[in-house]
Amino acid sequence: MPDLVTELGIDVLFKGTNFLRLLGGLWSALSISLIAVAISIPLGIITGVLMTSKSRIIKAILRVYLEIIRIMPQLVLLFLMFFGTTRAFGWDISGETASVIVFALWGTAEMGDLVRGALISIPKHQYESSEALGMTSAQTYLYIIIPQTVRRLIPLSINLITRMIKTTSLVLMIGVVEVLKVAQQIIEANRMTSPNVAFGIYLTVFVLYFLACWPISLLAKYLEKKWS
Amino acid sequence: MKKLNLKKLLALGLAAVAAVASLTACSSGTSNSGEGGKVYRTLDEIKASGKINIGVFSDKNPFGYVDENGTYQGYDIYFGNRLAKDLGVEINYVSTEAANRVEYLETGKVDIILANFTVTEERAEKVDFALPYMNVALGVVSPDSKVITSLDDWNADDKMIVISGTTAELYLTKNYPDIKLQKYDTYATAKSAMENGNGAAWANDNTEVIAFAKQNAGYTVGIDSLGSQDTIAPAVTKGNETLLNWINDEIKALGKENFFHADYDATLVDTYGADYKETLVVEGGEVKNS
Repeated sequence: MPDLVTELGIDVLFKGTNFLRLLGGLWSALSISLIAVAISIPLGIITGVLMTSKSRIIKAILRVYLEIIRIMPQLVLLFLMFFGTTRAFGWDISGETASVIVFALWGTAEMGDLVRGALISIPKHQYESSEALGMTSAQTYLYIIIPQTVRRLIPLSINLITRMIKTTSLVLMIGVVEVLKVAQQIIEANRMTSPNVAFGIYLTVFVLYFLACWPISLLAKYLEKKWS
Repeated sequence: MKKLNLKKLLALGLAAVAAVASLTACSSGTSNSGEGGKVYRTLDEIKASGKINIGVFSDKNPFGYVDENGTYQGYDIYFGNRLAKDLGVEINYVSTEAANRVEYLETGKVDIILANFTVTEERAEKVDFALPYMNVALGVVSPDSKVITSLDDWNADDKMIVISGTTAELYLTKNYPDIKLQKYDTYATAKSAMENGNGAAWANDNTEVIAFAKQNAGYTVGIDSLGSQDTIAPAVTKGNETLLNWINDEIKALGKENFFHADYDATLVDTYGADYKETLVVEGGEVKNS
């Protein structure tokens, strides 16, 4: 067994504070994505409701916003937010803050579109029936539309959330040392002494990402069952 | 009517959030552009702040890397530590990538780049280089089974691995436009790609390919000196003369104590052996013509 551990380069994990450093990297990746998710969900729901608005101006503005976020690679958005704002306005935003802003903008746009899709998938008679029952528009949304929408949204938004967690690997390009960057640092520092270190470390990173995303999938399954 | 009111309320809420977001973004910004668009910090400003920001590689052993205790190490770091010590300030290393080094200086997010930065004309238009502290040329490493010794008879189907933003990419794009490049953003991914056989060869600084071939059995440096002999030097933001002059004086002064030879012995000798010392080291900022 110890031979296999050495061969796969897993022993490198226990050298110095390597494993703690990886966990620290995971923490910075998770905190960026989860803060962004926490911002994206409420703003995304608002955006989604506004996207179904009858006002052409609101619709057009949100359409442009969504398309910009969708077309631009996240890496470009990160560079624009981190370096671009310094050039244009002289702001000195930290890499972490820039990442949270970009991920929140991205999450809000995509979440908004998911909410919009879920909202239009609710048959029109649901609105009409509740109106016939004398409900106000706020009551209709609160008691009739939103509960049905949320159920349809869960699988879609879980995809988005896990995608946001995984995409944090891009933030190393603006100087944020997250789990993948720490992994690369460890691999590079030990390549001479432990030739297979890349395998062991990437395997560990895989397990860490899995452990981070798995509970979210479980939660989604639970909620889907509970609300079905 | 009531539906419209709800929408209006939501729109108002969204506007308020946007306003708060832009306000916090403003207040978190510093007065970088306050003084006539100057993005950099002068020597006195750095000294007064008590801290210098130096951009280095964190995954480029043995020049700039992080050891198992999370401490930065390497040839560039050895120099960076000395700079901070002689300035009497604390040091803050920022992990940079090959592709964003210029951007970091142009926005003043670091004071100095010490990330194995090769001096080129294109870069010199955007940043100010100090005196050199190392020599470098390009090299090409390829598997033993199919060693590439010349780029002139390049097989059109083969791909050359390069890292985006490096001298190798610039040189190949300019001089060998027919060679297909397989580009990677980070050093570690390019290295993995080479080991996985994603390209026929890997072009990079010769120090890198020599070290790679030495550490990994089954690879040979078929071309050890390609293009012109270049140098590696510290870089500062364009126009930051006080800092630039100080670094130049420092490099000259360090030459008297053979500082960079000691640096080589401490950080590079394990990787390249003693044979390459005179080839690689530039002492006191003076390049000897070989």
